[in-house]
Amino acid sequence: MKLLRDTWIIFVRYIQILLGNPTWIVIGVLQPLLYLLLFAPLLESLAKMPGFPSGGAYNVFVPGLLIQLGLFGAAGVGFSLIAELRNGVIERMRVTPVSRFALLLGRGLRDILTLVIQSFILVVLGIPFGLKVDPLGLVIALGLVALIGLTISSIAYSLALWLRSEDSYAPLIFTSSLPLLLLSGVLLPLSLAPDWLKRIADVNPLSYAVTAARAVFNNDMGNPDIVKSLVIMGILAVLAIALAGRSFSRAVA
Amino acid sequence: MSEPEAPIDAAAGQPVLEVRGLRRVFKSRRGEVEAVAGVDLRVNRGEIFGFLGPNGAGKTTTLRMLATLLPPTSGEATVAGADLLKEQKLVRERIGYVGQAGGSDPEVSGRRELVLQGRLYGMSHADASERATRLFEMLELTDAADRKVGTYSGGQKQRLHIALGLIHEPQLLFLDEPTTGLDPQSRVRLWEEIRKLRDRGTTVFLTTHYLEEADALCDRLAIIDHGKIVAEGTPEELKRQVAGDVITLGVTGDREPAALKALEKQKWVREASLEDGVVRLYVENGEAAMPQILRLLEGAKLELRTISLSRPSLDDVFLRQTGRALRDEEAA
Repeated sequence: MKLLRDTWIIFVRYIQILLGNPTWIVIGVLQPLLYLLLFAPLLESLAKMPGFPSGGAYNVFVPGLLIQLGLFGAAGVGFSLIAELRNGVIERMRVTPVSRFALLLGRGLRDILTLVIQSFILVVLGIPFGLKVDPLGLVIALGLVALIGLTISSIAYSLALWLRSEDSYAPLIFTSSLPLLLLSGVLLPLSLAPDWLKRIADVNPLSYAVTAARAVFNNDMGNPDIVKSLVIMGILAVLAIALAGRSFSRAVA
Repeated sequence: MSEPEAPIDAAAGQPVLEVRGLRRVFKSRRGEVEAVAGVDLRVNRGEIFGFLGPNGAGKTTTLRMLATLLPPTSGEATVAGADLLKEQKLVRERIGYVGQAGGSDPEVSGRRELVLQGRLYGMSHADASERATRLFEMLELTDAADRKVGTYSGGQKQRLHIALGLIHEPQLLFLDEPTTGLDPQSRVRLWEEIRKLRDRGTTVFLTTHYLEEADALCDRLAIIDHGKIVAEGTPEELKRQVAGDVITLGVTGDREPAALKALEKQKWVREASLEDGVVRLYVENGEAAMPQILRLLEGAKLELRTISLSRPSLDDVFLRQTGRALRDEEAA
């Protein structure tokens, strides 16, 4: 009960801060929007090539963009935590009897809510381009984005608490998210990849998520990758939360 | 959630903090560093206790251990009646802690920060709001309460941070270098607030590297250097340990050598010298020595021209205990 109460208190604090400066939500959508405007048109002619998944360029690309949003959106949350470490906010919270998991979960829920709102905006913006949306598919896709967001943001918080400086956090987070992105098939479907690249991508949990997101956007609800990716991301989320919860209770100067 | 404040007189003099053999070793690439090397302390209820030492002496590390933020390598402590190692939750409920960074977000209003802190201590929203309003009044922050902390002056910000540590009416409040970076006026103002806290029954344990602050504000203090306590007592006791008081005097007609001769054999004079045409006496107790000096000079038919009494500073105490001057380090 205390965990729920404390999580709610922390969540409300960060939502209030977010509402005080809602431009951040828009800025977060900007990058995927640029991909939608300046990259997706390149796929329209490619979409007719053999090996390209069915469903049309936008129904293939936008689901991947949602996963990318989940990855990059959550990877950056450590920056605000480092600022809070510097201002002493984390220490001031840790000196109270507040649940340490609540310090993580309250923030994680804020991150999820932000990502879901951003994903929704992105999907709506995709419709004029010819994106076809199935309501149930959208819900499952948003659930996947939420799980990815929670996993990545928990890892990002652990790294931020460990590194404590933007100078070491930034290069680490960007150099590790780029291969995750390239090996997920977001930009170009992995069905076009040579075998050896496919094998490497097989160990990237995000590649299943991208396949699953495409399946639900194409009404292919029987695709085994949907359940598979939900299970994988669920397990990863639990592990990442456990790791980050420990980091919050152990954070030392 | 917090217990009613105990009547001051009944509880005064009882220890609110007892520390035994507290140690903290940090592992770094260059090996182990003993930041706190076995600290024993006792802080009594209702006093302002100061922890004086240069930067890096182990003040903050000790405080963070006592506030449950950092696990000790060894040693034990009873903090506000709770065991530091076994009853962390109780310790957290009973103490307030204000770190050097303060802990407020510049984008959030002072009131919102204060109410949140109350909520984190388990208070209801209504209780936390009411207590926040009272604290803003007490610390004269009511006008600033609904502004973002980023717009506060240094002094206002620090008073807000102290309010964050007081929201749950703790028995013991830890303040880590509360006046560092404040202008002299805000510093004196904050001293007043800290004294008021003590007068209301809150025990205050603060760290400082300002000698004047330790001297003017603290009822008792401990001097820490290289992770070890080198002296403990009231500022007066500590200064008296050094060399007693210093009396300088001059007599008319350039007859100081005669005055020196008349005084230096007295057994209450520890040391006497003639420097720059004035007599310097180091005595145990300056106030008691003055009348005797006057009598002796009169007996020797010497006429007093000037006389002054000065006390050794805490810097002299630090110098004697560590062989280094604290002021030099401050300047460095």
